[in-house]
Amino acid sequence: MFSLIRDTFTSQLVTLWRVFKHMFDKKDTVEYPDVQPYMFPRWRGRIILSRDPDGEERCVACNLCAVACPVDCIALQKAEDENGRWYPEFFRINFSRCIMCGFCEEACPTNAIQLTPDFEMAEYVRQDMVWEKEDLLINGTGKYHDYNFYRVAGMAVGGKDKGEAQNEAPPVDVRSLLP
Amino acid sequence: MAKIVIDGVTYEVNGDNNLLQECLSKGLDLPYFCWHPCMGSVGACRQCAVKQYRDADDQKGTLVMACMTKANDGSIISIEDEEAKKFRANVIESLMISHPHDCPVCEEGGECHLQDMTLMSGHNYRRYDRKKVTHRNQYLGPFVGHEMNRCITCYRCVRFYDDYAGGTDLAAQASHHHTYFGRQSDGFLESEFSGNLVEMCPTGVFTDATFSAHYSRKWDLQTAPSVCVGCAVGCNTTPGERYGELRRIVNRYHGDVNGYFLCDRGRFGYGFVNSAERLAESQQGKGTGRRTVSEDEAVLELNRILDGGQVIGIGSPRASVEANLALLQRVGGDNFYAGVSDAEFAQLQILKQLSGESALHAPSVREIEECDAVLVLGEDVTNTAPRIALALRQSARNRADELAAAAGIPSWQDAAVRELAQRELSPVYLLSGYATRLDDIARATVVDSAPGLTQLAQALARTLDSAAPTPAATLQEEQKQLLGSIADDLKGARRPLIVCGTGSGSEALLKAAANVARALATARGGDQAVDFCCVVPEVNSVGLVLMAGETQSLGLALKKMQAGDVQAAVVLENDLFGRAPQSQVEAALAGVGQLVAIDQLPTRTTELADLVIAGTSFAEQQGTYINYEGRAQTSMQVFMNNQAARPAWKWLRKESETTLAGLLQTAETTLEGLAGITAILPVSAAAVAGMKYPRQSHRYSGRTAIQAAANVHEGKQPEDRDSIMAFSMEGMSSQRDTAVLPNTWAPRWNSNQSVSKFLDEVGGHLRQGNPGRLLFTRNGSSAGYFEPESAAVTTGDFTLIPAYQLYGSDELSARAEVVNERLTGAYVALAPHDAQQLGVAANDLVTVSADQEALDYPVCIRRSVKPGTIVAFTPAGQFPVAGAGDQVSLSKAQGSGQARFGNLIVSDLQQEGI
Repeated sequence: MFSLIRDTFTSQLVTLWRVFKHMFDKKDTVEYPDVQPYMFPRWRGRIILSRDPDGEERCVACNLCAVACPVDCIALQKAEDENGRWYPEFFRINFSRCIMCGFCEEACPTNAIQLTPDFEMAEYVRQDMVWEKEDLLINGTGKYHDYNFYRVAGMAVGGKDKGEAQNEAPPVDVRSLLP
Repeated sequence: MAKIVIDGVTYEVNGDNNLLQECLSKGLDLPYFCWHPCMGSVGACRQCAVKQYRDADDQKGTLVMACMTKANDGSIISIEDEEAKKFRANVIESLMISHPHDCPVCEEGGECHLQDMTLMSGHNYRRYDRKKVTHRNQYLGPFVGHEMNRCITCYRCVRFYDDYAGGTDLAAQASHHHTYFGRQSDGFLESEFSGNLVEMCPTGVFTDATFSAHYSRKWDLQTAPSVCVGCAVGCNTTPGERYGELRRIVNRYHGDVNGYFLCDRGRFGYGFVNSAERLAESQQGKGTGRRTVSEDEAVLELNRILDGGQVIGIGSPRASVEANLALLQRVGGDNFYAGVSDAEFAQLQILKQLSGESALHAPSVREIEECDAVLVLGEDVTNTAPRIALALRQSARNRADELAAAAGIPSWQDAAVRELAQRELSPVYLLSGYATRLDDIARATVVDSAPGLTQLAQALARTLDSAAPTPAATLQEEQKQLLGSIADDLKGARRPLIVCGTGSGSEALLKAAANVARALATARGGDQAVDFCCVVPEVNSVGLVLMAGETQSLGLALKKMQAGDVQAAVVLENDLFGRAPQSQVEAALAGVGQLVAIDQLPTRTTELADLVIAGTSFAEQQGTYINYEGRAQTSMQVFMNNQAARPAWKWLRKESETTLAGLLQTAETTLEGLAGITAILPVSAAAVAGMKYPRQSHRYSGRTAIQAAANVHEGKQPEDRDSIMAFSMEGMSSQRDTAVLPNTWAPRWNSNQSVSKFLDEVGGHLRQGNPGRLLFTRNGSSAGYFEPESAAVTTGDFTLIPAYQLYGSDELSARAEVVNERLTGAYVALAPHDAQQLGVAANDLVTVSADQEALDYPVCIRRSVKPGTIVAFTPAGQFPVAGAGDQVSLSKAQGSGQARFGNLIVSDLQQEGI
């Protein structure tokens, strides 16, 4: 019983002392927006669509981000250009639903969709939180600089024929019986 | 029954089957690639290795391929054995060595058997550091895409395409790790069943090109169990919708009807649903005075017309039972006419008459496969009911199974059975108007016009049963011999089958075919029904004839209209110009006060109508269709039409409270032929707390983004008041009830191979029963043989034989944009001798003159055509210049035709000049 009273009392005093000590500490808060906080590169903020090192759209409209999204806020449609390259005809994110969980980025097999350290997305009108591909697509590679999906995948697209991807042999001649 | 032990658990299995089949039937997960229940085992992929033990004391065991090992009584095997698992992992690693790392851009991704099996076998990282083998792709036509890099050389494609479906233009090429599956050169795949490659291929080598053009992943499609409207077989399908557009059609398993396979018309002919031509809104007025009317205005106007004075209704064989019923109930049975040509109506009446006869049995597709002697009379089944043609091909292989059984080889040992049987086939006799695509399995073929075939059939009936009526003509010795061997084969068979149909266009031939079947039943002792398969042209031809009165033909309706007895006519989903001669239709339309046309696409009839009501396609409405064997099946609505089109039955119902079930219940009591039809309505037996079955998968994506561009505030999901399904992801899992099961999915089985989990045994029947119900009750005895009629004497030089095409004979699929590439256009085929006499070459025009009309057709020359006959193909929506068996005259016309004979897939085409 005595020890309980002693511990409780001591704890109160220690707490009071700590609070008092904080008055002399350096401030953690900053005068936002006059002072901008440092955002870590892997912060999960505003979503972008990036381009590959050759400047082409990275997104191949595989729909994996959309299916990974727990709030179903991504909708897109696959289209194909004249060279057989897949791309999204439209790509829409409803940021008023997005919870910035980053599942889409994890699901993306081409590093196209990425979350960025930008959180300043407030709008006066909710409708303005619906972003289309034009709003999402940036002119850069984002966080991942080197990856180009079509250089690895076997599908022929414009500028890369069959057998020209990484680790590929030239197309076989089916009329030949040579090994 | 045999008892086998799998991983320490004892199972009762069918000892005749192989281990793989039995493992899958028991719901166990065992990876495989090359095996298929319909095609047996070849042991090519080595993926289904299991450990087999000699006896209970054997601790070491041996690795065996489950698909190549019989499930003998007392077998002890292990799927989970470490060595077996390691073996399977090594196999899949080898198969994946050259796999091209393109799942994100592969149409198969997410429903890929290779993905499933790779995960199941535990392979995830490519250790092999040499270069990948690559291949060039081929252009395989507008339907099937080709990406050869993805191939794992399981040989399933050629085994299906060549061995199962009888194709000749797809083959394995090159050797060792260069093996290539493709055609000799670029060009469309000729087989009518090429679309099944998409589902047969365990990976993405063959993909649905029509789907790829507006691609969505499997889980993003809104689906419902549907029935194909391409022909009268009634194959079960799963159409998928996304963003308000029908995206694709895949097979939906039905144990009695289509099994695992669809034809290309059914799979790829859906484009008409998305057609830009679709009637989005109802319209009123003619010509320049035509204006769009709102839904309310249209209803008011339609009711005003229907309630005022003498109104007749013309039903449709491509509209659902409910749509026809709504019209019938509105105008009354006496004013309801069958919207089919008079010749076809007469044939359908005979079918109706035969449908009660206990000596005959209309076989299901599965039963057709079991038949071991087939006689086809005047029907080009490949082009009128393709799925039946595929079944006939399997029936011819029953001889191989017999030989194998005698040699003690199980029927699933595919390579061994084929090696043993070589070219030996069960007897198939084809008596048709021209060479057909089944000729390669025929023991004998006869090509003749309908009157000629009728004589043969009458003589055959007489050969089988001496009580049959005496045939009108005497036959040559050769013909007698042929009939003798046909009669012997039919009599001696375990299960003989007579196939005929409306395709011959001849009532007399249909009667003669019925006589053959009756005579055969008598010759076989009369205690067993004989399989009599009568092919009808359209999805609901049988339904329509069961509803319309016996005398209610279109000819009669047109006469009444012409005479001015009718104030208004309501034409339901029908183009009259395809059903009767133009002059007759025009005269009738001139005599009728007001014409109302309900349709989904504009036709010549809708152009002339005073009121055009926008109807929905099969995918936007629920409906019942009755197939060739009298099987009523429900096709559920897949998606909502987001414009002003509504299902025809909703436009036509008098009370807005009338439901689909209500329509059927009323019909059941008033129409004898439809007795028992309400039993097929899917009931929500498993429903808890009134929940519905979802049309969307549990992974459906984009719910909060699809509509967000228009309005970020999400609206309510569209409500479905008509059925037990919902346009949402929520509700009861449809996996519990196969009647409402659009997609199959099981944990670890994302591809269509998951269907095994829903069957009583692999390749068997759906576990909760196959949906649908047979309506024909056969308890009547035969009314006696049909007496042969003497043919009416007409003048002319040539006898006309109607021809059919997979693409073009069906009105709706022909209007799909992608199918357009494969259409030929109207043509007539002549024998080389006749063409020479007339001085015409291929693609010249000839004038075909009949009694009243004369039309110009482009010519092709086919070696099989009998001199003195012409084979005329008229696309759906046009009325042929003359009927089957009619005499016509030919003369050379000026100019040349536009027919695309490159799309004509026949083996006897004389190629010069094309």
